[in-house]
Amino acid sequence: MTDAPWLDHENNTPLVQIRGLTKKFGEVTAVDNIDLDIYQGELFCLLGGSGCGKSTLLRMLAGFEFPNSGTISIGGQDMSNVSAYERPTNMMFQSYALFPHMTVAKNIAFGLQQDRVPKGEIEDRVDEILKLVELQDYKKRKPQQLSGGQRQRVALARALVKKPRLLLLDEPLAALDKKLRKHTQFELANIQEQVGVTFIVVTHDQEEAMTLASRMAVMDAGRFMQIGTPTEIYEFPQTRFVADFIGSANIFEGRVTEDSTDHVRVETDLGEIYIDHGQSVTQGSQIWVGLRPEKIRVSKSPPKKPGPNQTSGEVEEIGYLGETSIYKIKLKSGKIVDVTAPNQSRPTMKGQKITWEDTVYLQWEPSSAMLLHS
Amino acid sequence: MTDIPNAPAQSDASRDLSFFKSLTKSLQNNWRKIVILIPFVWLLLFFLFPFFIVAKISVAELAIASPPFTKLIEWTDTGIMNIRIVFDNFIYILTDSLYFDTYVNSLRISVLSTLLCLLFGYPIAYGIVRSGPVMKPLLLFAVILPFWTSFLLRVYAWMGLLADQGTINNLLISLGIIDEPIRMLYTEFAVFVGIVYTYMPFMILPLYANMEKLDTSLNEAAADLGSRPTNTFFKVTLPLTIPGIVAGSLLVFIPATGEYVIPDLLGGGNVQMIGRVLFNEFSRNTDWPVAAAVAIVLLFLLVVPILVFQYYQGKEAEER
Repeated sequence: MTDAPWLDHENNTPLVQIRGLTKKFGEVTAVDNIDLDIYQGELFCLLGGSGCGKSTLLRMLAGFEFPNSGTISIGGQDMSNVSAYERPTNMMFQSYALFPHMTVAKNIAFGLQQDRVPKGEIEDRVDEILKLVELQDYKKRKPQQLSGGQRQRVALARALVKKPRLLLLDEPLAALDKKLRKHTQFELANIQEQVGVTFIVVTHDQEEAMTLASRMAVMDAGRFMQIGTPTEIYEFPQTRFVADFIGSANIFEGRVTEDSTDHVRVETDLGEIYIDHGQSVTQGSQIWVGLRPEKIRVSKSPPKKPGPNQTSGEVEEIGYLGETSIYKIKLKSGKIVDVTAPNQSRPTMKGQKITWEDTVYLQWEPSSAMLLHS
Repeated sequence: MTDIPNAPAQSDASRDLSFFKSLTKSLQNNWRKIVILIPFVWLLLFFLFPFFIVAKISVAELAIASPPFTKLIEWTDTGIMNIRIVFDNFIYILTDSLYFDTYVNSLRISVLSTLLCLLFGYPIAYGIVRSGPVMKPLLLFAVILPFWTSFLLRVYAWMGLLADQGTINNLLISLGIIDEPIRMLYTEFAVFVGIVYTYMPFMILPLYANMEKLDTSLNEAAADLGSRPTNTFFKVTLPLTIPGIVAGSLLVFIPATGEYVIPDLLGGGNVQMIGRVLFNEFSRNTDWPVAAAVAIVLLFLLVVPILVFQYYQGKEAEER
């Protein structure tokens, strides 16, 4: 497997191929004409707010819902007439859906029994998977006797033990508290790497998606807004929705004044913005420019020479968050720009401390601004 | 007015206040005991006390008196207390094959009726749980609706339906399916119809309450792990609905065993159940001691399933 199989169509056939998939519930279109390829070994995240259709898409992959139109194929096999119990997929449910009347070992063995795996082999595989999720000592417990984190791992083990070609995870970490969630994120990614199974994870938590995903899709109203690696999505969002949904962004309306192969100039409220990467835009067209708060430098001294990618304003508000501070800076136009800066020195220490009503100067790199099409 | 007469009144008031304070405090402190006391008093008054009266009568002898049995405690003229306890009634009941056979017959009919209620009630409850938000309250309402008509009236209605010249026979004859009426009324069949019909809601409602709580994602999880729907039913749904099955079955089995009206009206003289025997002993033979003994034996027959029920409930509570 190459590092990015989705870039190499010649040598890789996707494990999952979704074409023109649409699902309607009455009048509501939950999933709207979606195309997607997912490759073997990927950890693909579906990210979106509630009701964006991400869970419906996952349930269609599992076979709990059937599409109104379009096709899903897994491993080259069309899934249109394949029931949930015959699919080469397993799912980890948001509620975990552990059988309350069975012990941990029996919960995990359940799927293997359906496949009529010999008894001795079932025992070996249950032990092996329990070792992987570090629950060897909890075999004989009932789900009610476990903590939330332990149940989550039983659910993962039960879904993994059948060695599915595709593992579907519905908000796998949502029920855990924040500390445990952070720890489990890395653990989940490690386990995925160890077993090499393709994961599709549904989540509403962008941090979770960014940490876990090899690629992710941002969904809204049943459609994909953008598909890409976490870095691509964060650094090069194509639309205002994506720029705003992932992280935060200051968004300005502007007009393209110059479009060359290696740079673009846009005139905005913020002054002239020079972007040092070429993008296909039309000169004179209306466009939006996004600037991430952490990509803007704030300083009390004016820049040495005038030029693009700089402006000034007055500090309206300061939010001290510990590791960083967030400054709300009011421009001459009245627009407020958010800037974050790491607190590298303690605020009490001498130096150029920025405070309320100071006039400050903002600057950013030519590579920082993001061109947003809609 | 001077302030002198006011002084004792004030201290009275403060004493009253402190009395109420201490009362509220003792109420708060003993709240758990009070909560337990309420069912205890209720059971004492309406179960345990009457039970001892019946138990007392069951160890008495028939006498021409009012009430028609001998007294438990009698005082002789010389002031000596005589306690008379006779177990003849129990020996009579347990040795006479009439009573033994009737007990067995009652248990057989109520066990079979319970199984029939379960057989029909389980899919009905399952259907109601799975029905849509509009249908569900309507269906539940329909299950409870028969209670709005008198039980006796509904049994009479069944007599009209099942009789030789009744609705069902007339319909079948007019359709040419049969030439002569089928005998249904005054048979065991009619008793089964009556019991299953009457007690069905007591089976459906506990099952419904149990199934309603089941997480549908468990069924999806089973399917996802490769289990076909029938296998999922036997491995997941059925084991998780055992508490509902036990509760519903006991609610049908216990009253059905002692049922009097249904075997009397729909079974006539052809179906002997212990309720009828009890009634006959009590009112026709006015043999209160034997009637009381019949009731005590019946009670002990029914205590066994209640204990089973409590065992299951306790076990379930333990697992929560």
